[in-house]
Amino acid sequence: MPSSDDSSGELTSGTRRAAAQPPRASGPPEAGPDPVHQQSQEALHEAEEAVVAGGIGARFRALLGLDSPDFSWTKVLAKQGILLAFVIAMVGFSLASDRFLSFDNFSSVLRQSSIIGIMALGVTIVVISGNLDLSVGSMLSFATILVVDLHDKIGPAPAMAVALVAALACGAINGTLVGVLRLNSLIVTLGMLSAIQGFTLIYSGGQNADITNQSDTWFAFFGRGEIAGIAVPILLFLGLAIILEWVLHGTTFGRRIFAIGSKASAAEYSGINRVKTVFFSYLISAFCVWCAAVVMGSRVMGSQNTVGKGYELLVLAAIIVGGASLLGGSGKISKTVIGVLLLGFIQNGLLLLGFSYWTQWLVTWVVIIVAVWLDVGARRGRLLSPYA
Amino acid sequence: MDKFKSFFLEQPIWAFLIAITVFFSLFAPNFFDIQNFENILIQASTLGIIALGMTLVMINGNIDLSVGAILAFCAVVMVDAQSWPIFAQLGDWAILGAFFMAILAGMALGGLNGFLVWKTGVNAFIVTLGAMIGIRGLVFVYTQEQSLFAMNFLFSDIGMSSVPLGPLAVPTIAILFLVLVALVHLLLTRTVHGRNTFAVGGNPEAAVNAGIRVGPHMFVNYLILGGLTGLAGVTLSSQMGAATPNLGRDYELWVITGVVLGGTKLAGGYGSILRSFAGILSIAILRNGMNMMQVQAFYVYVILGGILIAVLILDKQLSSRKVRLSEQV
Repeated sequence: MPSSDDSSGELTSGTRRAAAQPPRASGPPEAGPDPVHQQSQEALHEAEEAVVAGGIGARFRALLGLDSPDFSWTKVLAKQGILLAFVIAMVGFSLASDRFLSFDNFSSVLRQSSIIGIMALGVTIVVISGNLDLSVGSMLSFATILVVDLHDKIGPAPAMAVALVAALACGAINGTLVGVLRLNSLIVTLGMLSAIQGFTLIYSGGQNADITNQSDTWFAFFGRGEIAGIAVPILLFLGLAIILEWVLHGTTFGRRIFAIGSKASAAEYSGINRVKTVFFSYLISAFCVWCAAVVMGSRVMGSQNTVGKGYELLVLAAIIVGGASLLGGSGKISKTVIGVLLLGFIQNGLLLLGFSYWTQWLVTWVVIIVAVWLDVGARRGRLLSPYA
Repeated sequence: MDKFKSFFLEQPIWAFLIAITVFFSLFAPNFFDIQNFENILIQASTLGIIALGMTLVMINGNIDLSVGAILAFCAVVMVDAQSWPIFAQLGDWAILGAFFMAILAGMALGGLNGFLVWKTGVNAFIVTLGAMIGIRGLVFVYTQEQSLFAMNFLFSDIGMSSVPLGPLAVPTIAILFLVLVALVHLLLTRTVHGRNTFAVGGNPEAAVNAGIRVGPHMFVNYLILGGLTGLAGVTLSSQMGAATPNLGRDYELWVITGVVLGGTKLAGGYGSILRSFAGILSIAILRNGMNMMQVQAFYVYVILGGILIAVLILDKQLSSRKVRLSEQV
């Protein structure tokens, strides 16, 4: 989507890149300075100066692109639509309900969203590389059951290690099938969804698992602990988001992910190891699922064997609302975070306003379609599709 | 002989179907029995009826993740509408009225998906992912989380009824399923709409240039899928005489698995109704046969996932071999 490769984001990383490392002949083609690049760098420089001189008003204008010559409100909507929707939802709910705008409420929403959020971070990377991961829900069930069941048997730390190995193994199988064998990621991960769910049920024998001694185990820290008044799941979510944002925009691996997602064949011709990159993207996704499983197991101190059922689609919904294209090549961790939070706050706000729990699903439906429609519409320059 | 060989190489699903049938006939007690085969057909019918429409939509280059939710909504409408006041004077004919309402509801929701895919140009995966979440919400809002039961026992009697064909009593639902397979197969292979469905899925831009109206064909296929899903909701609820708001969870995954097992390409432009039928039948036979062998139901998930991936690998191998062969010539 245009939102991801918006000029400011790419340019800042471009400048940083140019300063940090000289262009190498073997590197990706965009590493060297080219005329367009320099031109836009100058433009950015001017814009930056204007922003510094103008204060908050100018910052706002720059964010919306009000000063650019080809300004149009559709572009603003497409670029920052998710942010606008988020602000509108927050202001609306704050006005409509007097309980919405409070620290306790915010922290409970953030805590509830953190599990979906942590999973969404990893899947965002897979989606940017042009693939899908539908197996994360089953993987969450598997890892949570493992960590909870083994907690009493072999202790918390070994249990977490075993769950990590299991999750990474699942990710490695995904990565091998999609990366090495180049199979369709939708069907592969659909098959893995089914297979991992089966393994979970076989392992647990259809039983739910529980941690017996819940009061004095340090394992409770991950789901129930607090650091400086902020719940640990929230810190984990935001910490992982910052790390993965850096991985995507500050490392070669991140650039390779974008390159493969935009055009896999072109990326391979320019010397990028597609197999390795895709493989690692699935490992990252599996790692995030493991983090989510630890939080889940620690918060509930028990687990159903289908705890993650349907999570893969909620995760995808948040990513899509955040504006990543399922075709790959675009997406942003920060926007995925906003997508997760938007859906989380909509759920919370509707509940506070007295709507039934299920109403949020109807609203999610509308939000998904309107968000993507505006984005696609702005990209092709007209709202309706060209199909007769 | 070569004809046989190429048939099974191009359509491995038939070989697989025969293989598992023989396997279970030999090793599962009571599997090879006409009664059991009727059971398998009934078990396959719910997924199978949806799979017919899904094949059309997938050949068209689209996908529908919302069928499970639509099925639940139609089942709920079917059971609930029988007691609507407008049908109160009809007596037993209220079932027919409710039937039309359910099919109508399915076509409306399917049509909405198709219309959005057509007019907005948003990826069908995203449109129907949204619909899947939203329609499930609709079901829960409608039912208030309650299960609904049909007060008229005639409704479940219809679901359990069978038609005498010679010495056999064939279940009505199985006959309905087989007739629909034939009808949709004819629709796909013998009509202009069917041909255009392949053309649109194969290459939408070329289809536009050839003067085919791409959008309406997509819309009609979603409409058909919605109607068939509604019908599946009706047959499923009539077997139970009830409808629950969680009905049809995961059905989209099973249906897509069956259709892909049958060899229909996700990218569009390639597929067949008869092979989707074979794919769905394979799933039903696997579940039934393993049940007969008293294997825990959990293993079915693992085996199905494994088979799905194996089919994909096999397909890749076969198609790359074909490419190599054509390059040699």
